[in-house]
Amino acid sequence: MRIGVEPRRQPSRLLWTLTPILALILTMAIATGLFAALGYSALDSFFAFFVSPLTNLTGLTELAVKGAPLLMIAAGLAMAFRAGVSNIGAEGQLIMGAVAGGGVALLFWDDTGPWILPLMMLAGVLGGMAWAAIPAFLRVRFAVSEILSSLMLTYVADLFLNLLVYGPWRDPDGMNFPQSRLFNDDETLGILIDGTRLHTGTLVALGLTLVVWVVMTRSLLGFRIRTVGASAAAARYAGFGNDRVIWVTMLASGGLAGLAGLFEVAGPIGQIIPQITPGYGFTAIIVAFLGRLHPLGIIPAALVVALSYIGGENAQVLVGLPKAVTGVVQGLLLFILLASDFLVRYRLRLARRAGAAA
Amino acid sequence: MSAEMLVSLLLTTMTAATPLLLAALGELVVERAGVLNLGVEGMMLTGAVSGFAVMSLTGSPWLAVLAAIVAGALLAAIFGFLVLNLMSNQVATGLALTIFGTGLSALIGTGFTGHPVPALAKLAIPGLSAIPLLGRLFEQDALVYLAAIAVAAIAWFLKSTRGGLILRAVGEADLSAHSIGYPVLRIRFLAILFGGAMAGLGGAYLSLAYTPMWVENMTAGRGWIALAIVVFAAWRPWRAAAGAYLFGGVTVLQLYLQGSGLLPVPPQLLSMLPYLGTILVLTLISSGPFRRRFSPPACLGKPFRPPT
Amino acid sequence: MLHVDRRRLLLGAAALGTSAIAGRILPAQAAGPFQVGFLYVGPVGDFGWSYQHDQARKAVEAKFGDQVKTSFVESVAEGPDSERVIRQLASGGSQLIFSTSFGFMNSALKVAKQFPAVKFEQATGYKTASNVAEYNGRFYEGRAVCGAIAGHVSKSGIIGYVGSFPIPEVVMGINAFTLAAQKINPAIKVKVIWVNSWFDPGKEADAAKSLIDQGADIICTHTDSSAIVQTAEARGVHAFGQDSDMKQFGPNAHLTAIVDNWGDYYVARTKAAMDGTWKEQSIWDGLKEGIVQMAPYGPGVTDAARAAADATKAGIIAGTLHPFIGPVTDNKGTVRIAAGVKPSDADLFKQDWYVAGVQA
Repeated sequence: MRIGVEPRRQPSRLLWTLTPILALILTMAIATGLFAALGYSALDSFFAFFVSPLTNLTGLTELAVKGAPLLMIAAGLAMAFRAGVSNIGAEGQLIMGAVAGGGVALLFWDDTGPWILPLMMLAGVLGGMAWAAIPAFLRVRFAVSEILSSLMLTYVADLFLNLLVYGPWRDPDGMNFPQSRLFNDDETLGILIDGTRLHTGTLVALGLTLVVWVVMTRSLLGFRIRTVGASAAAARYAGFGNDRVIWVTMLASGGLAGLAGLFEVAGPIGQIIPQITPGYGFTAIIVAFLGRLHPLGIIPAALVVALSYIGGENAQVLVGLPKAVTGVVQGLLLFILLASDFLVRYRLRLARRAGAAA
Repeated sequence: MSAEMLVSLLLTTMTAATPLLLAALGELVVERAGVLNLGVEGMMLTGAVSGFAVMSLTGSPWLAVLAAIVAGALLAAIFGFLVLNLMSNQVATGLALTIFGTGLSALIGTGFTGHPVPALAKLAIPGLSAIPLLGRLFEQDALVYLAAIAVAAIAWFLKSTRGGLILRAVGEADLSAHSIGYPVLRIRFLAILFGGAMAGLGGAYLSLAYTPMWVENMTAGRGWIALAIVVFAAWRPWRAAAGAYLFGGVTVLQLYLQGSGLLPVPPQLLSMLPYLGTILVLTLISSGPFRRRFSPPACLGKPFRPPT
Repeated sequence: MLHVDRRRLLLGAAALGTSAIAGRILPAQAAGPFQVGFLYVGPVGDFGWSYQHDQARKAVEAKFGDQVKTSFVESVAEGPDSERVIRQLASGGSQLIFSTSFGFMNSALKVAKQFPAVKFEQATGYKTASNVAEYNGRFYEGRAVCGAIAGHVSKSGIIGYVGSFPIPEVVMGINAFTLAAQKINPAIKVKVIWVNSWFDPGKEADAAKSLIDQGADIICTHTDSSAIVQTAEARGVHAFGQDSDMKQFGPNAHLTAIVDNWGDYYVARTKAAMDGTWKEQSIWDGLKEGIVQMAPYGPGVTDAARAAADATKAGIIAGTLHPFIGPVTDNKGTVRIAAGVKPSDADLFKQDWYVAGVQA
């Protein structure tokens, strides 16, 4: 008996939607085994890591607060990855969006009015777009890999933020500590449910994801993107500009990342500090793949990844699990998902040896 | 700047360049075979913690280095299985490897933080190390020499041996290589293992020689820089050495400039130099007359699909 | 029929199971040991800042045994994550929470408003509230002791200083060190390299190397790892440890270290919180109160240096020696502290200049 592998004529739709769920379940099982192997109570650890964030309102809103930037960035990245454009620098674009939007906030910090926040949001989008335009230009004009250029720019953006916060943007009343002034009320996102941190940016993130979904599935642009990603030759034959798709997807993903950055500083943080993101730009890449590069799949994927972060923190507090476990669980989840991808495209076939009982 | 200081600067640059060079050489071989492994950072960290743990427990530098090589290769094997046998997306799998490797190394290392080990012994090359002024450059630990030898060995392997020719063929035209009868997947898998071993070695250099201790995330982005060096080097070993020295050098130079007070520029701007420099160089080599000579292996990043 | 019953049974069992586990882990309020929570900005194993806070946590456990239950979260990113973790600690039953980094301050204040019964202790911040106290260490006093040693021990007259970020605490440390060293040897120069990180051993080692190459024969640091001590040992020069006694990393190089001793303070505040005598306060204690301690002197400390160091320490504790007493001129020539003047605490925090002889 041999296990043969044959490609499916068409990717299995059923498995395509099921495998992320199966991957999650398998990850939870392996993770729990890991917890037990490390000497912690399997049941307590499982509960703390995977269930406890879901048990109260605060936990659920925190999932949304943590998941929203992941969602928005991943939606943009999904567009880019579908087109074959590997934008690894979303983290840098997020930072520059926060810098641009936050800069507007600091410029008008002693003004009031409902016009400030939208202006900040616009600046955030433009900031992220500008930062993404650099790797886009380098790719189109000089064939420089956007993986490397966008990644290098991430480090540059982080240093630039550092420079501003330790220098000209330091709060003059802040005892020389590296932080900007706190944004005033007109510059901070409104809270949706009292007592939580759920802010309007969360809704905008959701709304924009749905917009991306509509664009990708129902518009000509979305069709172009998917064609270019599937086959550059076919795209050229059909007259779709590869270059234009690169520009559009880089700018769109950059703009969304920039807006996500602005939402962080205008929402939960409320000012500009040296560390405004714990790596959302990179985590969003996992979210995008976990959601199968499909905007509707990305929504639950963002919540699952947010859960792994928050669950990891809770596990530290409740059970004493080391922080390192979170990274292992996330990596495991992605591994298993990528492995299960195989079953979507290929079928396992049990083949009898030739000459066996007919 | 005196000659003495120049030599010191060069010395510090050599040590800064070594982990970058080891990891970059490994990844270079992998990419020449047609596979893109973004998980270098994860493999380096796993190698670093494994080498450190074994050194801490056994006190034997040989076993420690061996452990680092094995750890890096094992992690790479997971990657290899996924991208070669299961044909998963190489970019995503590489990123997963980085995340997993970072978390795993932190987990393994939890008992070992904060305890120093004796650094790898320095081996003086007889004769050369007696040269006045420059002699210090020839008193380094074994891994620095290994990196230098590796550059020459890999360059020779790729250019002048049959094995290297086959590997390059697999990376440039995998279907043709397959039709001639070469085992494409096996060659790629071996290359991936080699890349993992070298990355693990690069990580071990950090935890055994550079700063003989273990702390989480001690590679601090060096894996990504190694990836950039491979492209910067246009996939050629000698250029990779130049790239590693350039990167190591700019990073160290920035610190020297601060210490000398010569540059009244905010330190953050100086720190940006290596990254901006990479982008500049990438742009230069990708454009115009360089483009054809320095293009990536044709099959880079694409899964091997034999015609059925 | 059977199908529905089985499903109901399973759901019921799941609910029971969940609530049973929840009851076990999510602790009930009131009865039971006094819960104390800790937030660290770095890993406990850094053998530096966070390590010392964790040692203090263990001191609390050792002192109160079964009466307390501590929990900690390490490597918490400053920013929105910290707010969530603090809230999780508070809602999970912690009655006293220590947040051990400046970047947690705003988060602690926000959560404190929602949990008025919980007491918060914020390290190295500057805002307090009715249930938020602030505590800090006068590490610059320790720097002055180090400076006295350096003034005697340094032969080249050049000291290398590996700085993390130019925040007030670091600036004060550099200045206090330099002033004390110059009292012994007025020609002492201090060169600062900024590594833009609290914890990057490779970069710290590189910075130390470049300082040594440029003539420094003593290295100081205001980062959290022991890399510079190792580097100094390897290069045959001297170094001062930071946060913890780091002599195991460089037995010959290590002169002394500034040791953060939070244990006594944590034990006292825990007791006050348990007794109900806890009050809002803002303290900034140093050598006298024991929050700042000096590690034992290493082999490189000469007799003259030892005498100077002991005298400095005694003088600071007695109040007769102030590390910043004027006249003090900055490195651009402006007189910053007039003769005979002792700057106030607020003035110290405003230091964004460097003493003459410092190149930063």
